[in-house]
Amino acid sequence: MATLDAKIPAGPLAEKWTKHKNNINLVNPANKRLIDVIVVGTGLAGGSAAATLSELGYNVKAFCFQDSPRRAHSIAAQGGINAAKNYQGDGDSVYRLFYDTIKGGDYRSREANVYRLAEVSANIIDQCVAQGVPFARDYGGLLDNRSFGGVLVSRTFYAKGQTGQQLLLGAYSAMNRQIGRGKIKMYNRHEMMDVVVVDGKARGIIARNLVTGEIERHSAHAVVLGTGGYGNVFFLSTNAMGSNVSAAWKAHKRGAYFANPCFTQIHPTCIPVSGELQAKLTLMSESLRNDGRIWVPAKKEDAEAIRAGKLKPTQIKEEDRDYYLERRYPAFGNLVPRDVASRAAKERCDAGYGVNATGEAVYLDFASAITRYGKEQAVIKGLNPEDHQLVQKLGKEVVANKYGNLFQMYEKIVDDNPYETPMMIYPAVHYTMGGIWVDYNLMTTVPGLYAIGEANFSDHGANRLGASALMQGLADGYFVLPYTIGDYLSADIRTGRIPTDTPEFEAAEKEVKEKFEFFINNKGTHSVDYFHRRLGKIMWDKCGMARNTEGLKSAIEEIRALREEFWKDVRVPGGMFEYNEELAKAGRVADFLELGELFAVDALERNESCGGHFREESQTEDGEAKRDDENYTYVSAWEYTGDPGQAKLHKEELVFENVKLITRSYK
Amino acid sequence: MKLLLKIWRQKNANEKGKMVDYPIDGISPDMSFLEMLDVLNNQLIEQGEEPVAFDHDCREGICGMCSLFINGEAHGPDRMVTTCQLHMRKFKDGDTIYIEPFRAKAFPVVKDLVVDRSAFDRVQHAGGFISVNTSGNTQDANAIPIRKENADAAFDAATCIGCGACVATCKNSSAMLYVSAKVSQFALLPQGEVEAKDRVLNMVKQMDAEGFGNCTNTGACEVECPKGISLDNIARMNREYGKAIVSSKK
Repeated sequence: MATLDAKIPAGPLAEKWTKHKNNINLVNPANKRLIDVIVVGTGLAGGSAAATLSELGYNVKAFCFQDSPRRAHSIAAQGGINAAKNYQGDGDSVYRLFYDTIKGGDYRSREANVYRLAEVSANIIDQCVAQGVPFARDYGGLLDNRSFGGVLVSRTFYAKGQTGQQLLLGAYSAMNRQIGRGKIKMYNRHEMMDVVVVDGKARGIIARNLVTGEIERHSAHAVVLGTGGYGNVFFLSTNAMGSNVSAAWKAHKRGAYFANPCFTQIHPTCIPVSGELQAKLTLMSESLRNDGRIWVPAKKEDAEAIRAGKLKPTQIKEEDRDYYLERRYPAFGNLVPRDVASRAAKERCDAGYGVNATGEAVYLDFASAITRYGKEQAVIKGLNPEDHQLVQKLGKEVVANKYGNLFQMYEKIVDDNPYETPMMIYPAVHYTMGGIWVDYNLMTTVPGLYAIGEANFSDHGANRLGASALMQGLADGYFVLPYTIGDYLSADIRTGRIPTDTPEFEAAEKEVKEKFEFFINNKGTHSVDYFHRRLGKIMWDKCGMARNTEGLKSAIEEIRALREEFWKDVRVPGGMFEYNEELAKAGRVADFLELGELFAVDALERNESCGGHFREESQTEDGEAKRDDENYTYVSAWEYTGDPGQAKLHKEELVFENVKLITRSYK
Repeated sequence: MKLLLKIWRQKNANEKGKMVDYPIDGISPDMSFLEMLDVLNNQLIEQGEEPVAFDHDCREGICGMCSLFINGEAHGPDRMVTTCQLHMRKFKDGDTIYIEPFRAKAFPVVKDLVVDRSAFDRVQHAGGFISVNTSGNTQDANAIPIRKENADAAFDAATCIGCGACVATCKNSSAMLYVSAKVSQFALLPQGEVEAKDRVLNMVKQMDAEGFGNCTNTGACEVECPKGISLDNIARMNREYGKAIVSSKK
């Protein structure tokens, strides 16, 4: 059985990474040619890792379920990427980025990992610019920045509302260069079905070709999972339709511990749910909170009138509006971290002040930003800043230049013009901080199996700050894993090719085939989505923004019952050896039905509130999250024992030597 | 809303396909087009029929995975959207809607409405990159100032999502808009200048090898592009290509 040693190097915080890099083993360039690495997933983490590993000389096999690596869901990240460049001269530093991230994560992440993340952040921007990523620039030709939640500096680099797209296309271009040279062999439309463990080491994967349905064996000296998060366990989320937990879950079943599964980020600014048959929620970037002000009517009767369609938000006078974030958190205002903003929206809506027909929405209003920018532009252009129409026109131009694509997205979905009436928003599942447990080297508890990016648990604690996911994905893939994996692979220079005709590959392949044959032959009555939707409802109602003992216990029971029903009654049309999306979905939902239970078990075990995990039993008088440092300053790492409800808990104690644990306050 | 859907069904790349009628009822105007297809598919599955295969993933118009030729237009009747952002409010109760895959020689059908766009990837392998290794000691990002208008124009070109609407909509199945977007992005930036000549020659060569047609300047691609990629990029690529061919020693 694997032990839980985080392998954090000794020495002062600021020197750990440099020293570690100097001390670990390297593989010489000639020997790298003898070593194969499998990378599953081609988002920011997987894509950047595949590119860098192949640049170093390893033979890389990369896998993605989409039709091209460029389509991984990192592409949808909007707002930006943090880096401690201090280009604005506003007092930013590696230490501040580290500190903000630790505090933002509510003191549930590892100091050494977070410091390293902050340390390499500046390199990421340099690397991306060298690759031709077109970040926003000012008129002097230098890089521009903006602010994100939970910080008091401007350290976020961006490319309009499409930063994830531009960064991913950067990593994709780096991959393309290596694919063209034959150093990366790319497997599009392939889904990982299992990890193959030989003599206790990860030595390959079983994959399914999604076009032909063939089950394939692929071997390597190490396997890297950059397979993203599991937000789709909630069915409705901002994740892509295909985003799934299966690769991570299969790794978990093969011995990788799963850490903090209940740490989920519910993002405050998403377009509210509109109908029963909705399949997907859409995020409106956090960057909008730079300029948008969040409010609900201060009077209940106004909120009721709005819900009934008798009143428009623009008709409500300034003094009758409750800018509740500015009221409750004067220091950070609209830029409080995501968990705080989400809970505050829920609080107002639960109290009956919500807008929208469902009562589950708040306003995000750009009217004052439009006026402010309009006046500024009028002055710059030597025009009359008191001319209302002119100011509106100029102000809207500035806002369009900053957030144009987001406004357009909103208008297409909601059929309402956000330049004229405030946007309606509500929290939705967006990101999972929990994931596969990894040590400082990003290795899981299975030797030779690595997890990077959102798939691991390591850097964001109980709440991720905005613009930090892109940073972590690229840090892991470009600058951390390529070093640390060498230490492990240095022992494999004489191993030679890993054969795939061994009993371990045979057995893993057989298991996969049998499961798919079962689905095809089951001939139940309901589609996969029918079960997924029901799972999502249990998760949202009982494991969502607020959780309590009773709800979590009943969630566990309900999920177990639903899982049983699923296996009895699911219907998967078509055959196994053909393009069959329903079959692929069935495999993913089967895994979500197991993860969902572990999620609830973990949430029940952690009887404290921290970050995105809010236990109703543990709150202060004014409804803020109340941490319990004495009893819960640890990472929960769950070991699979054959039943997700009976997973065994291992605790990694979190040691804070450089920051003092205090109550997180944004007031 | 009550609709009649006429959908292209094709078992795989080797078999012949045909249009099949599917009446559907109870569609809300606020649904997206793909949610409407989800509803159809759930009905088909529960009736024991095979669902319609179509590509989709992010459902917010950025991954470029969704396609569909709807009533003869790539991504349907709305402008500046992908199919996943198209809403049923753009149709009328009682409408007949024709749904076909993107059709081009270089995009063979995989199944039903799913096509193989890997030709696009191969064009990128030929030169859609700047040759810089990851090292951690590249020069500081602010060491090369870039004029805002060039940075903005490079960004505009770089927002191409690689969906293939330009090819599907072009009567010649030309990929000029797609290829020129990447060539332009790098041609506008100092980082990309060093390899500019090889890049444009190699990418155009691969584009031709994949069986995409020639450009006859109809401009249909720009009209149907969900990201508004400008024809200026094609002009810029032609200029780059001309410069490269004249000075090339190859």
